[in-house]
Amino acid sequence: MELKIGAIIENPGNSLKNKRAGWRSFRPIWDNKKCTQCGLCWMYCPDNAIYIKDKKRSKTNLDYCKGCCICASVCKFNAIQIVKEK
Amino acid sequence: MKKIIECSTAIAEAVKLCNIKVIPIYPITPQTHIPEEIAKFVNDDEMNVELIYAESEHSMLSAAIGASATGVRVFTATSSQGLAYTFENLFIASGLRLPIVMVNVNRALSSPLNIWCDHSDSISARDSGWLQFYVESSQEAFDTVIQAYKIAEQINLPVIVCVDGFTLSHVYEPVEILEKNKVNSFLPEYKAKFKLDVNKPITIGAVVDQSKFMQFKKQQQDAMLDSIKIIKKVNIEFKNKFKRSYGNGLIETYNLKNKKKAIIAMGSICGTIRVLSGKLKNFGLIKIRCFRPFPKQELINICKNLKELIIIDKNISIGNEGALASEVKSVLFNKKIKIKSFIMGLGGKDVTLKDLEKTLKNKEGWIL
Repeated sequence: MELKIGAIIENPGNSLKNKRAGWRSFRPIWDNKKCTQCGLCWMYCPDNAIYIKDKKRSKTNLDYCKGCCICASVCKFNAIQIVKEK
Repeated sequence: MKKIIECSTAIAEAVKLCNIKVIPIYPITPQTHIPEEIAKFVNDDEMNVELIYAESEHSMLSAAIGASATGVRVFTATSSQGLAYTFENLFIASGLRLPIVMVNVNRALSSPLNIWCDHSDSISARDSGWLQFYVESSQEAFDTVIQAYKIAEQINLPVIVCVDGFTLSHVYEPVEILEKNKVNSFLPEYKAKFKLDVNKPITIGAVVDQSKFMQFKKQQQDAMLDSIKIIKKVNIEFKNKFKRSYGNGLIETYNLKNKKKAIIAMGSICGTIRVLSGKLKNFGLIKIRCFRPFPKQELINICKNLKELIIIDKNISIGNEGALASEVKSVLFNKKIKIKSFIMGLGGKDVTLKDLEKTLKNKEGWIL
């Protein structure tokens, strides 16, 4: 890899290639049945690892989720459980 | 055209000639006259720049960094506490490889509170990755600002031009103001190697982890060492165009021919040393103009025939010695040359001819 001076990245968006979730120690488990699709977890996720498409939440993207558990703490319906990462 | 002007005005005049686009400013004694003069030029429509009135030096240099990242020429100036306040930004500017030019009007750092000249402020920033020039006269300050852009933009590193507070910054002396078209041909329009551009986005300031951090630091070090030959080249180009030069650009000597003894120093004090050297005729002057990068090989060559070297520092690394003393000793460690070092002129303490004579006779130490 050529290192540009000043650590400049000429082709932005390379975090799509670099998965940044290696240090996660907790994993959120999302329960589709309890979920009311309110969108709070999507709104609060600091890593944009939760996606809403056609007004439907999909599974948390664990390639980018760092296990901060904010989604679980803001969920009013206990639809997100936290388990320890093995 | 020669004018009798204050050194601060001379610096502002140089800034006016460099086609600068953004100047973030914040006033601090003894630098204040520089932004004042620039603001006057802007007000009188003599300069077309974006003048940013920052709320602190930290914001001032942050704005300079942001502006420089968009690929335009940027100038700013500060002193002492201001330089200390923006300390973290010094490393950011050099790490991001932005060719900002900043004038630091040297002033002691508090405490005790003192507004007068010594080099402790810029010496504290020695390891920040900025090139450092120490100038002796208003003319040299004027010329060095123009040269600084030419150097900085070739190696993508920022430059601090250090001007002694009051003893130089507030002194009126004749300065030759260069013609705009000649400066334009010496310093062509700035073409940034990279810039923030909405049409072609890049990322600046990304996190670099343990695996690559050292490589980037080595790039900075290599660029800094490469700058030695660029500084020499710019000095020659300047000489060819404007008939003025400062030694080889890095070190200047005076009355050193056939001398066994020399005083080595930086900044306006060199003027006084010249006078004493002319009077006593038993020693020469070595002026370190460029402190970073430190001109090691050039210094070794100059000191080849010397038997005794007297180092004068206008700064003190408390717990050790003056910064210039450490540098010079480390370069000449295996040479047969007697070295003694002195701390002088801290906090604006006047350095007189008598004081300088003491350095020739006394044992090393402080001239209080």
